[in-house]
Amino acid sequence: MATESKAGIATTQIYEVYIKASPQAIWDAITSPEWTVKYGYQGAVDFELRPGGAYRAHSTDAMRSFGLPDVVVDGAVELADPPRKLVHTYRFLFSDAHKAEGFTRVTWEIEQVSAGFSRLTVIHELEGAPIMAGMVASKFSEEGTGGWAWILSDMKSVLETGRSMST
Amino acid sequence: MVTYSRTVFDDDAVFKALADPTRRFLLDLLFKRDGRTLTELESELAMTRFGVMKHLRLLERAGVVVTRRAGREKLHFLNPVPIRMIHDRWIDKYTERRVSALLELKTELEAKAWRQSQKPA
Repeated sequence: MATESKAGIATTQIYEVYIKASPQAIWDAITSPEWTVKYGYQGAVDFELRPGGAYRAHSTDAMRSFGLPDVVVDGAVELADPPRKLVHTYRFLFSDAHKAEGFTRVTWEIEQVSAGFSRLTVIHELEGAPIMAGMVASKFSEEGTGGWAWILSDMKSVLETGRSMST
Repeated sequence: MVTYSRTVFDDDAVFKALADPTRRFLLDLLFKRDGRTLTELESELAMTRFGVMKHLRLLERAGVVVTRRAGREKLHFLNPVPIRMIHDRWIDKYTERRVSALLELKTELEAKAWRQSQKPA
């Protein structure tokens, strides 16, 4: 962080949410496809949880019906310290323009703040990826998509109530 | 436990944080460009450093601003998640009803128009 340029910091986005769940439950919600199909964009993820391991997020049937590819996000794991910290690169494959922006970096930090409560922080370093930066910061639209704020509130909803906001 | 969860999931703190034009201005500044120092934020406001700090502390306590250290600097970031949750919990609920009331009105008017068109002249 200290060695980062001013420009790098200005393009970093940070999201924080408190969830009534254990760090392990939150870790599973991030890394296991059984959980990721329940909230947010509901695509199944593939995480090889070791440095250099592959990360892939698959499209849903609905996305494929719009002509999106099978893998819509890809990247590589840089650090996996379950259930505390996960760092991986992150690139959208929705279109050639997205693909051309290349890889950004996502850091997930999970910290237990008291018995049963954890704080989840997502740090997204978005230098050189203005299209993705706009998408992940977007609040919400009628279609129900809404970037990190929406994904994380939905994850909270699923972990705390067993139900997604969109069902 | 109860007191803790209150400080963690406090709608009141978020509403209070938003109920002030200076604090909304600070959030707008961070929305435009995240990761700013106190000095940068202060330069945009006709207010003492101490005043700006007080507002930032309130925003931080409500969870809508998070800070990170970068070397010797403390950087401020907008965290929209609590605002999103307020939206889901309070705003959606009422706007949805208005939208569905409008849809009902539309259906009703169309049905009426249809019935009238079916009447013998």
